[in-house]
This record gives sequence, structure tokens and C-alpha cells, in this order.
Amino acid sequence: MVNVKVNGIPIQVAEGSTMLEAAKKAHVKIPTLCYNPDLSPWAACGICVVKIEGSNKMLRSCCTPVAEGMNIITNDPELVQTRKTVIELILSTHPNDCLACPRNQACELQTLAQEFGIREQPYTKMVRDIPLDTSTGSLILNPSKCIRCGRCVEVCQQMQGVWAIEFLGRGESIRIAPAADVKLGESPCIKCGQCSAHCPVGAIYENDQTNLVWDALMKDGLDAKTCAVQIAPAVRVALAESFGLPPGTDLTGKIYTALRRLGFDAVFDTNFSADLTIMEEGTELVHRLTEALKGGMQQATADHSLPLITSCCPSWVDYMEKYYPDMIPNFSTAKSPQQMMGAMIKTYWAEKAKIDPAKIYSVSIMPCTAKKFENSRDETMYSSGYKDVDVTLTTREFARMIKQAGIDFLNLPDSEPDSPLGPYSGAGVIFGATGGVMEAALRTAYFLVTKEELKDVNFTAVRGLSGIREATVHINGIDLRVAVAHQMGNIATVLNEVRRARAEGRETPWHFIEVMACRGGCIGGGGQPYGATDEVRKLRIRGIYDHDEKREYRCSHDNPFIKQVYEEFLEKPGSHKAHELLHTHYREKPLYLK
Amino acid sequence: MIAGDIEFSDELQSYIDEWSKKEGGLVMMLHRIQNEFGYVPRAAAEKLSLISGIPLAKIYGVITFYHFFKTTKPGKHRISVCMGTACYLKGSQELLEEIRSILSIEPDEVTDDGLFSVDEVRCLGCCGLAPVIMIDDEVYGKLTKEQLPDIIAKYRSL
Repeated sequence: MVNVKVNGIPIQVAEGSTMLEAAKKAHVKIPTLCYNPDLSPWAACGICVVKIEGSNKMLRSCCTPVAEGMNIITNDPELVQTRKTVIELILSTHPNDCLACPRNQACELQTLAQEFGIREQPYTKMVRDIPLDTSTGSLILNPSKCIRCGRCVEVCQQMQGVWAIEFLGRGESIRIAPAADVKLGESPCIKCGQCSAHCPVGAIYENDQTNLVWDALMKDGLDAKTCAVQIAPAVRVALAESFGLPPGTDLTGKIYTALRRLGFDAVFDTNFSADLTIMEEGTELVHRLTEALKGGMQQATADHSLPLITSCCPSWVDYMEKYYPDMIPNFSTAKSPQQMMGAMIKTYWAEKAKIDPAKIYSVSIMPCTAKKFENSRDETMYSSGYKDVDVTLTTREFARMIKQAGIDFLNLPDSEPDSPLGPYSGAGVIFGATGGVMEAALRTAYFLVTKEELKDVNFTAVRGLSGIREATVHINGIDLRVAVAHQMGNIATVLNEVRRARAEGRETPWHFIEVMACRGGCIGGGGQPYGATDEVRKLRIRGIYDHDEKREYRCSHDNPFIKQVYEEFLEKPGSHKAHELLHTHYREKPLYLK
Repeated sequence: MIAGDIEFSDELQSYIDEWSKKEGGLVMMLHRIQNEFGYVPRAAAEKLSLISGIPLAKIYGVITFYHFFKTTKPGKHRISVCMGTACYLKGSQELLEEIRSILSIEPDEVTDDGLFSVDEVRCLGCCGLAPVIMIDDEVYGKLTKEQLPDIIAKYRSL
């Protein structure tokens, strides 16, 4: 440990800590802009400058390590003036259109300008006019607003390992763009939206589609639509943040009520279709495992039937199709819960409710920007004969709709989702957290293999925030080896191990692998309220597992409504009908379309 | 991928095979590619990415950072206008504008007949002759813009 002082306050911090971390521990706030705790410090902006007592030199606290005995000065008139100048210089290249900006009131630059009382713009305005890039349909890139902090580039390259964007050019002409200035939609971009979640300003943001939903809700007479909506597991533990409550606050009951007050005719829960995913994927796992036990594990590894890899995350699917197409046969063919629900709404439910599926408008509320891309990613997303999910909104867009409608969200009464595509098990809820799909699948796989219920359904070894987690689960004499990876940049290690085992004719190190593109899983999705850090992610995850604990049923196969859907409509997991509606396929994609 | 569209000479290929294994070899490899093609074609950048495992975005980050690297095919005759301090003070900006106007091209463009492209360069090392331009390997010093049409005409008929 190192002993330092921050503005005279003595504090002990670990060796190698930065001055910024020391200040945080001493409850002293140093203003920052380019710094983000998810990323390695880049020292681009110069807002976080501090001094050491006895020296006039200004140091960037985000990247300067502490030394024994130093007294860090975080605040004096000269430091304040310097920070003000930095803000004024950044503002001189930034458009003045806060009122019409998607980040209005959620912008880190705006907040700093407010806190530092910027009232004048002393420098000549030099705003670059670079056209918007709307090519992905999920994300919009507005390079004119970019302040060159570098967060999105760090996120895309280091956290996610995608390398869709880079700084191109230098000096005045520097810009964030894909290689060779192709459009984002022609680049390796996987639409995870982590760039948008980390951008401090309005340079990258979700494609707002709330107007499409308002239009559908408003249609009248012959054009009238029956509007059905589904809400994803991770949305319920993050939406509260948009209304000033702490992360992890679970507002599921109020969300259902709010959706009805917005005018939705049927309110379903993606947790239900997460249960359905488990029935299909769990069955697929047990089937592949049974075959492998007959034919030998080496053989199953060689012919790609093991490991089975989860496919609920559309960014991960996109990444695999571009970077690891050799893994296509390892992928579960089960669609994601969003798409399963979409298909069930326009077939099973339409039939049951006697509504023409052509008249149903199906909306999903997701923590994710890539879900906007997923709902039309290939022809299997139209399995009902119509677009199974018409439009996908992120948590951020949903929060705006509630506010626009003047709904007093926090004081709403709780309500329940509609049946039978609403009620869910705890296994469905935990899809929202990294390791959750794995745990939910294990709960059901155990039952499918042994025909017995688990005494303890909690597989805590697969929970948590470390990048890769492994566990061995004993089921009926089988040692099932599983791995969980989240945050796209962590997955290469796992997949390269699998590739190596295959190349060397060995047995796969794992039988089942769960992958989520975003850190923490969907609770840390690119469409969630801004400001996710590991502290926030942990609280959201706790909200998810608390919800799971409270459910009457903890396993997907115990959900009576799941049983009903199979009895009345789908026959059994993996049936012909289930394959038609609930499964998809994958194809190799080039990294660059242009 | 369009990497299949381009052939590397054996010499270039073996150079890349050697340098792609080394830390920090990207700039060296790009130099050789530009030597071979006169610029860094997109297909060559993709092929380099494929061989070396360096993401294409990173390669373009480097190519666009250094003025020296070109992403478009230069003209048959490359005109370099010196924008170093001495030449600039002696009016090389005016020369640059005049050349572009004679050839009717914008920065980074090549004339329609493929004959000319114009680069701004920093100091050609003969400040005593300012303002200076170079066409291919020929140096022209103490220039006035009135001399430019005749000089350029000479290269049209070469």
C-alpha cells in the first residue's frame, strides 16, 4: 500500500493506483471527460489535471500513478481555469444544438459546461460538417459531434475485439470511421452499441424508432393494429435509472402497467420465450451430448457437434459469422427469445385470440441495439409469414416514451403480464445476466437427463463478472464441462482453445459455452441507460437474481404455460413445428461488404 | 474480401512474411507495398491484414495518419510542390493553386487522362531555390506561376 494525501486528506491506496483512483477513495471528485472506468486511460482531454504539492506542473490524474508521501492538489484557481479553457476549446469544435441532440441532459460535455459555468465561447467556432452514417439501422454515427475522446475506438477494439472503427486522418481532419471510410453497415460492426453506451456526447447513438411505435398505437379504423409488446429480462432492472432510482431496482409490475397505459393491447414477457429457448436449446444440448457419448467425444469435437454454443445474442451471432465461421455447426439453432416470442405472437397467440396476424404489430423492448438488426437479419425472422418482430426499442427509447406520455411511472400500480405468453420461471429472468442462459439451461438439462428435479437450482460458479468462467457439473455420471464468456474481446481465448483441441484431435475442453457480447451480459447492453460501470452492472445483476429467487418456478420446464404451449401447439421441443418457428441458421459473412 | 484481386511480387511476399512476425513492422510493410504499387491499394491492405492478422481498421489508421502513404493511384507524373517554410514564404501556395487550376484537379485527384497528380510535400532540401516543385525526379527552382504551363506541357507529350 502507498500513503498519499488528497487535498491534505490522508489515504492508503494500492501500489500502482492512479491519482484519480486515490481521489475517488478520498471522496474527492476530479472532473473527467475522456476517462471511463471500463477502459484503459487514454489521457486525451486534459480535464482531469491535478498538481502535486510543491510543484506547479499539471499532471493528468487518470494515468499518473501515485507515489509514497505525495499530496495531490485537485483544486485551485489555476486548475479550475485550465479545465475551463479545455472545455471552451472542445466546445469551439462542437455544434451548439443541445436542444435537438439525442444526448440532451445526458451529455457529459454538457454537464461539464454547466458545472464550470461556461457562458461565453471565446474561440472561433470550427465545426466540421461530416454526414451522418445511418447504414446499420441500429446505430447512428454523427462525426460532427465527435470530441475525439477515443472511448468508442477503445471499446470497439480492446473491449469488444471487433475493430469496426478507428481514428482516420490526423490533426484537423481526424475522424472516427471504419477502415477506408466505408459505412458502419459495411464494416465488421456487430451493432452491440457499446460505442453508443460509452460515447460521452451525441456522436454515436441508437436509431430512435419510437415514432414507428407511436404511429402503430395511433392507427384507427380499418388500419387499426393489435399492438403486442414483449419486454426483455434485463430492461426491468435498469429502466428505474432513467427515473432517478438506483440500478437494480426491479420495476417489472410497473412496466406492464406502463405498457398498457401507452396503449398496447397485449403485454407479454420475453422471460416466457427465454423459457421456450431453454426447452429448445436444452433439448439440443442433451441430444448432442447423448450422441457424443455414443460416438466418442473426440469425434463429436471433430465434427463440430460439441461444444454447443449459445446463440441468443445477436451481436455474438454476427461476430461469429464474420470472425469464426468455422464454428457455425457448433451454434445452437435455437432463435433468441426475442424472435421466438415474435413468432409465437403472430402464430399461436393470433390463432388463439382470433386475430389476423397481418393486423398484429409486434414490438419488443430490449436492452440492446443489435436486436434492431436481428429482427430482420434473415428470412427465418419472418417465420410467421410476417415480420415476427416489427420494431425493437431500446430501454432508453422506452423511457422516453413513458415520459412523453406523461405517465407517473414510479407511482403506477403493479400488474401482471398477459397469458399465456407472459408468465415465466426464474430461469427466464436470469437470461439478462452473464452466465444466466448457462444456468437456466443446466437447470433444465439436469431434469431432461435424470428426470429428477434439482435440490439446489443455483449454479453460482457460472455467475459473476470475471471475463471467462468455467465449471464442471455432474449429471448422472456425466461430467459436463461448461464455460461462460462475456464482453466480446474475451471470447477469442475460449474459441481458440476449442479450435486447437479440434486441430490436435483432442476432446473439446468444454461441452457447452455461453457467450454474451456485452460486459455483464444483457444488463450491460448497448441500449441500456447511460453510465454503466461494474458497480452499476453488479447492482443490475443482483436485481436479476433477486427476481429469480422470488419466482414460484425456478426452472423453464416447470413453467405450466410452457407445458401448455407445447401441448396445444408446438407438440414437443425440437418438433417439426418448433423447428419451423423457433430455429434459425447461420452463414459465413465477409468482414467488409465494400 | 477482395484480397484475391491482387498479386504481390515474390520479393514483397517474402518481405511481408518476415516482417509480419515482428512487433511494429506495419510501417515497413506499407512502405514496400507503396514501392510496388505507387500507392496502397485497398486490396493490398486487405491482403496484408489477412496475412499479418493486423485488423484492416488499424492499417487504415496508420495509412491515413502519415501523409506519405497514398490510398489512390497517383498519376503517371507526380508533381510535388514544396510547402516548407522557405518555399511557402516565396509563394508556393500560389504555385500549388495554379497547378491544380491548369490541371483542373482537387487534392488527392488524378487528371482524367491519368497523367498527373499533385502532392504537397515538406521541404525538398533545396531551400536556396525556393519556391521549388519536383516533377518525377526533376527539380524546378525559383519558379513563377507564369512558367508552369510550359513545364507541364512538356510532360504531356512525354
